[in-house]
Amino acid sequence: MKWTRKHLLDIESLTVDEITIVLDTARAFKAVGKRTIKKVPALRGKTVVNLFVEPSTRTRISFELAEQRLSADIINFSTEASSFKKGETLKDTARNLEALNADFLVIRHSASGAPHFLSRVLGAHVINAGDGAHEHPTQALLDAFTIREKKGKVAGLNVTILGDILYSRVARSDIWALTKLGAKVTLCGPSTLVPRTFEQMGCRVTHDVDEAIRDADIINLLRIQHERQRKTMFPSIGEYTQLFGLNKARLARTKPDALIMHPGPINRGVEIDSEIADCARSLILEQVTNGLAVRMAVLFLLNGGKGPQELA
Amino acid sequence: MPEPAVILDALAIQRALTRIAHEIAERNEASAEVVLVGIPVGGDHLAARLAKILAGIWNHAVPAGILDVNLHRDDLDQRAAPTIHPTVIPFDVTGRTVVLVDDVLFSGRTTRAAMDALNDFGRPKKIQLAVLIDRGHRDLPIKADFVGKNVPTALEEKISLRLVESGAAQDEALLQKP
Repeated sequence: MKWTRKHLLDIESLTVDEITIVLDTARAFKAVGKRTIKKVPALRGKTVVNLFVEPSTRTRISFELAEQRLSADIINFSTEASSFKKGETLKDTARNLEALNADFLVIRHSASGAPHFLSRVLGAHVINAGDGAHEHPTQALLDAFTIREKKGKVAGLNVTILGDILYSRVARSDIWALTKLGAKVTLCGPSTLVPRTFEQMGCRVTHDVDEAIRDADIINLLRIQHERQRKTMFPSIGEYTQLFGLNKARLARTKPDALIMHPGPINRGVEIDSEIADCARSLILEQVTNGLAVRMAVLFLLNGGKGPQELA
Repeated sequence: MPEPAVILDALAIQRALTRIAHEIAERNEASAEVVLVGIPVGGDHLAARLAKILAGIWNHAVPAGILDVNLHRDDLDQRAAPTIHPTVIPFDVTGRTVVLVDDVLFSGRTTRAAMDALNDFGRPKKIQLAVLIDRGHRDLPIKADFVGKNVPTALEEKISLRLVESGAAQDEALLQKP
């Protein structure tokens, strides 16, 4: 089985085999991160543009380090210091960057579908680093990688995603990835943020948090995406924490080997108790480490050419 | 497509490895400095076998490691991304004589990539190259120190090595004509 895609735009269109190739390749790159010399020349001479038209710390830094570890040349481009402020369109900005012979474009944008649009007008490889509330494919891949590494498999596991599902691109990508890999996904949160329509994606929807986490092997917490909510979706933060926050009392009622994940940034004391975020069952920092390996794997796989996998 | 021809059977492979091991022992008097590093897929299993034979000759254990060279290849954007195998080098290569072990020597590009990759793990005193089959057609000025069998081939022919460690019923090296 070989990788043939030019872009990574979403998880929805990936096959189980393709997801598995990324996870297997990421495992090899995680080992590279443990060497004394962590840099390999796989992308030597390639230029990567990181176009972040929406604030990001974790994902941007993770991509940057992944690119550096693969020996690529990097151009960083963010909203604050860009021509967007001067009225240039996304297409024009991207084409200007391509005129510099960029080989890869990593894009984060507040508009869903922005990476798909650019993949049609550019010759470069396009990687979606999060588009609106649509998808965040590398986050889902690193989540699947982390679960597989910790539990030995994904198929058959009960994964509960708790929080703001409606406005979360992480939730959508996670649902696609985890259901494709055979996990049973349960969504939970306030009914305004977890509408029943998500059942069409093949997961279970409940608004009872204790029931949602009781049989969970993995509890994936999501932050309230205030920046995307156009109106108030629940009465108050305090009430949300009381009804849906993961605290010690709730955690005590879960399976003893249930593990806790969060894509970050975490809001301590809101969706997650501060102590739980730092406890041994929390995979939050491990997710960050794995994110680097997964992004190296994605860049490496996309860089592959059209020829047969085995050359002399 | 014609039936592939067997160029080495299980016994011939065993004999070739035994001879290579003796040649390695003859060349390297400072046996404690020698480590073997195999290149997957194929070379890693051959390195483990050679280490076992050498341990019998020298009466001490000989370290064997695995080195994936795919991240150091020069053709990465011309081919579909290769499968990356784990690299396991549980010893320091600095100051040691590293015998690289590969199954088939062809263009020499894998060997070049292996020497580059090895640099990331230290500075060996010497690097030597052992291959089970040398099929010719070098693109680079690379020559093996130890060769199991020289097999003259045409460019479009394919050589494949099947080993029991990889699930084959028996060891054999096959030549496939197009």
